[in-house]
Amino acid sequence: MAAVQETVDHVRRIDVEQYKYGFETKIESEKAPKGLSEDIVRYISAKKEEPEWMLEWRLEAYRRWLNMREPNWARVDYPPIDYQDLYYYSAPKKRPTLNSLDEVDPEILKTYEKLGIPLQEQEVLAGVVGADGRPKVAVDAVFDSVSIATTYKEELAKAGVIFMPISEALREYPDLVRKYLGSVVPSTDNFFATLNSAVFSDGSFVYVPEGVRCPMELSTYFRINEEKTGQFERTLIIADKGAYVSYLEGCTAPKRDENQLHAAVVELVALDDAEIKYSTVQNWYPGDADGKGGIYNFVTKRGDCRGANAKIAWTQVETGSAITWKYPSCILRGDNSSGEFYSIAISSGRQQVDSGTKMIHLGKNTTSRIISKGISAGRSENTYRGLVSAHQKATGARNFTNCDSLLIGEECGAHTVPYIEARNASTQFEHEATTSKISEEMLFYCMQRGLSSEEAVALVVNGFVSDVLQQLPMEFAVEAQKLISISLEGSVG
Amino acid sequence: MNMEARPVRTAADEAFIKAFAEVGADLPGSANVKAQRAAAFGRFEACGLPTRRVEQWKYTDLRQFLREARPLAAPPGAVERQRANDAGRAFAAIKPRRLVFVDGTFVAEQSDLTKLDDGLTITSLADALAAGDAEVVKRISDSNVSQGDIAYALNTAFMAGGVVIAVEAGKHIARPIHLVFANCAEKPASIFVRSQVSLGAGARLTLLESHEAFGAEEYHVNSAINVDLGEDAELDHVKLGSDAAAAIHVSTTGAVLAAGARLRDFALTSGGAMVRNQLFVTCNGTGAIVDLRGANLLKNRQHADTTLVLDHASPGCQSRELYKSVLDDTARAVFQGKIMVRRKAQKTDARMMSQALLLSETAETDNKPELEIFADDVQCGHGTTCGALDEKMKFYLMARGIPADEAEALLIKAFLGEVIDGISSEGVRVALSAIVDATMDARGH
Amino acid sequence: MTPLLQIKNLQAEIAGKKILHGVNLDIGKGEVHAIMGPNGSGKSTLSYVLAGKPDYDVTGGEVLLDGANILDMAADERAAAGLFLAFQYPLEIPGVTTMTFLRAALNAQRKKRGEPELSSPEILRRVRTEAEKLGIDPEMLRRPVNVGFSGGEKKRAETLQMSLLEPRVCVLDETDSGLDIDALKVVADGVNRLRSPDRSMIVITHYQRLLDYIVPDVVHVFSKGHIVRTGGKELALELEANGYAEYVEEAA
Repeated sequence: MAAVQETVDHVRRIDVEQYKYGFETKIESEKAPKGLSEDIVRYISAKKEEPEWMLEWRLEAYRRWLNMREPNWARVDYPPIDYQDLYYYSAPKKRPTLNSLDEVDPEILKTYEKLGIPLQEQEVLAGVVGADGRPKVAVDAVFDSVSIATTYKEELAKAGVIFMPISEALREYPDLVRKYLGSVVPSTDNFFATLNSAVFSDGSFVYVPEGVRCPMELSTYFRINEEKTGQFERTLIIADKGAYVSYLEGCTAPKRDENQLHAAVVELVALDDAEIKYSTVQNWYPGDADGKGGIYNFVTKRGDCRGANAKIAWTQVETGSAITWKYPSCILRGDNSSGEFYSIAISSGRQQVDSGTKMIHLGKNTTSRIISKGISAGRSENTYRGLVSAHQKATGARNFTNCDSLLIGEECGAHTVPYIEARNASTQFEHEATTSKISEEMLFYCMQRGLSSEEAVALVVNGFVSDVLQQLPMEFAVEAQKLISISLEGSVG
Repeated sequence: MNMEARPVRTAADEAFIKAFAEVGADLPGSANVKAQRAAAFGRFEACGLPTRRVEQWKYTDLRQFLREARPLAAPPGAVERQRANDAGRAFAAIKPRRLVFVDGTFVAEQSDLTKLDDGLTITSLADALAAGDAEVVKRISDSNVSQGDIAYALNTAFMAGGVVIAVEAGKHIARPIHLVFANCAEKPASIFVRSQVSLGAGARLTLLESHEAFGAEEYHVNSAINVDLGEDAELDHVKLGSDAAAAIHVSTTGAVLAAGARLRDFALTSGGAMVRNQLFVTCNGTGAIVDLRGANLLKNRQHADTTLVLDHASPGCQSRELYKSVLDDTARAVFQGKIMVRRKAQKTDARMMSQALLLSETAETDNKPELEIFADDVQCGHGTTCGALDEKMKFYLMARGIPADEAEALLIKAFLGEVIDGISSEGVRVALSAIVDATMDARGH
Repeated sequence: MTPLLQIKNLQAEIAGKKILHGVNLDIGKGEVHAIMGPNGSGKSTLSYVLAGKPDYDVTGGEVLLDGANILDMAADERAAAGLFLAFQYPLEIPGVTTMTFLRAALNAQRKKRGEPELSSPEILRRVRTEAEKLGIDPEMLRRPVNVGFSGGEKKRAETLQMSLLEPRVCVLDETDSGLDIDALKVVADGVNRLRSPDRSMIVITHYQRLLDYIVPDVVHVFSKGHIVRTGGKELALELEANGYAEYVEEAA
């Protein structure tokens, strides 16, 4: 039992120092007064110089939210959140002119540099590959409640792609936003989505016009910096007929003793023959070894395959947050549309994860695929919760689901709660799930070949999640692999 | 969103409340039994019949199915008893010891209580409750096994007919016992039966159970069996559900296994408008082995729900579950299976599989296979599949000259074969296969 | 000259049950020693204890590799020191390609020895060369370690790892089990190519058959947890003819 014992020891020693992004940026910020009220909703809307209809939309959501209850069906446990003890808007004081990085607070630029996020566009000619040979990635950097900078806007504009903060899109393309906002996740959807609808401050907006293949990866980097501040971003991505876009999302936050709320909404719309790939590497601060601090990540993500042959793929690597509550889903409305969900969820310390997906088959001959890999260590709880359903008219619906869980140590839990509902005969659903541990024999075999116990565990875990890693864009996959190793350093080996 | 508000009482809820107020005091039982009944009824009264908002009843809204609570069944008269003579024929060939229940009442005169095997005792539930039998009362008060289920609580409140079967340690009862439930009343009624089966260490028993109707098409059965298996004891339990087309049938099996005990449970459901078989199995001792199987053959608007919770509370236990459904017309099969592995239950080996074959465009299947795992050194898995008949295979058979309906029947029997083949007693296997064949033949015409 | 590997009065147990009852064995550089014995005599335990499998507790004795006691080392340190165990039942590692595994193992060992890590192209070149000698399809290198490999493929893969890692002491645990005669020849050829004046081998087997192909310098008979007789290669033939019965009794 030595190797596993060692692993368990590591888990016990888990230290907040393992979290490499826990620093805080000291800058002056402008905040709305603490708490939530109609006035705060108006304040946010005014700050964003939003059209009147948007304010009304927010207020309606807010009023509805007042009568809603926090959901309690997930396998997560946390003390009641005092929604009046939060700041709902926080922005760095010196507001940058968009696209001019020179005007951004140098402290913030340093933050992103430290996080390894490129905000400086590479000096290159048109083309996909940057000067140093790395593929270009356009970045929208969201710092607390506002977008700091969006890169490559001009180059994207040449291709007809709109990529900008949603607050800006509301001013520049109000009709486009109005047409799609809330059309996938209605403002009435659930407690957290409704709250988001009322108070969301920023996020990314992407529109890829008909027949356009977005010339580069788009990415948004979310950073929570301020204390006692909730982050409520809203992302809306539309791929028009025959369009393609790959979008990456990353998140980090400083180490703080109190819990911070993150309630985002992401809506994807794929029209006929369009394809959207959405990848997340979620590394919010998970809290310390005793479960103190950390982000409450209550996120609603949903994609609508609105047209025939549309395709939406979610890939997520979840290593952070004290609590994760998210179910990136696909509504397979268009005939022959397809949805995919690939997930790696690693929990350690006192983390609680309740995550999975919903695949709603409505159109004919729709297909979906779910690969979920959960790894629980320390004293964490890791739940896969998923729904696969085929409507009566969804003839020829197909799903394949595979949920594997790995337990490391004797104080964690791994749970699988799938709902599988077939309402017509030509549906073909297959679901399989397994739970196992890293076998001693396997570790010994690796060690006999020269790998240390930590290296052996990392190798085996990377093998365990390899199906999902393969789904990530190349560079992101490398990052994710590193991130897995880092979270394993503290928690697995 | 969860609505925690107390549901409005339905006519059925009110009728049960009225019935309990009227007859509760007259139901068999010593003072402590009566206290248990009152407590169980209190649990029911607090929430009413479960609806789909109760997670465990998500796909089977009992409140919808049971809109009216029929009056408690009257003791059977001569006509009803006469009708019951035809019950339980399916197992006649294996000559089991018949214990006959007419409209829920245990009829000793029609039962075979002669020449009891050495070490076997059979008592009527009413007598055991009236005597305040310590073992029986202990089990009744243990609501942990049923996880606080409301249908089971309702059974505890109203249980009247039933038997208490005990086998002494080390005794192997060669002759199977057959609980023959015959529902013969002319008028729709509610029937609450409860039995208890206790096997001492190393004891063995085969228990058969059949539910049929010879009277009204419409009735409501709420049946429960408590099973206690001592160390290394072995029980085979086979249940045949051939209820009338309009019947509502809820059955609960609560089993507790000591170290090395084995439980093999099988249910074949082909009758009833709505049938729910719930199983709550707890492996309380090291090395217990559980094998749960079932087959549903459903048509028209039949609804069958299998809900099981397998609690691995001790190390080194093994469990296997295999459930198959064949669904025609607008029939619906529900499978909810939860495997729990407690922290100390290391080396658990648990596998669960549910499969559905949809023969019609309008059939439906809902599956919720769940794993809840707290021990790290375990092998657990579940699988679910659903789909239509394999057209390629059907074509292959037809190309060999087999007519379409025969080809279908052949494929369906092959699909179900795996479940039935696992039954250890050949006689039982033959009997079940015959029922499947008969059902398939009926389908063809 | 000091022997490359010295096993002195080695005693070990698993879960409180004593399996090795004082094993003594000296193996000189370049020598090949066969250990033969009936099932359950503790042969495999000896190989696991030498390699440092955590389930076993060493209760006495020493194992010196080039004069240094390896019993305090973890399994990976022993591997880096040059001890290689060819498993009787090689483990499957889903999702990790054979190539990735070989690269990880080779560089982990080099790092521990303070040698520079090898570049991926260099490793690829070496692996390809060795794989070719063993008749291993390059396709196999892209498959996860041992997953779905036939018995013969697994043993070939073990031999490939052995060639690549260039150990100083090879312990072959029942390498012939599950092999047909053709596969056995390929594996034996691979092993024989690795014989060198600087490398020693312990070949553990139940049957004499393997020793037709890997001809040992010394043969030991193992029974009830220790060596009961030592002789030349002809001892293997004698065992083949007479069986182990007399040793089981002798030791009893």
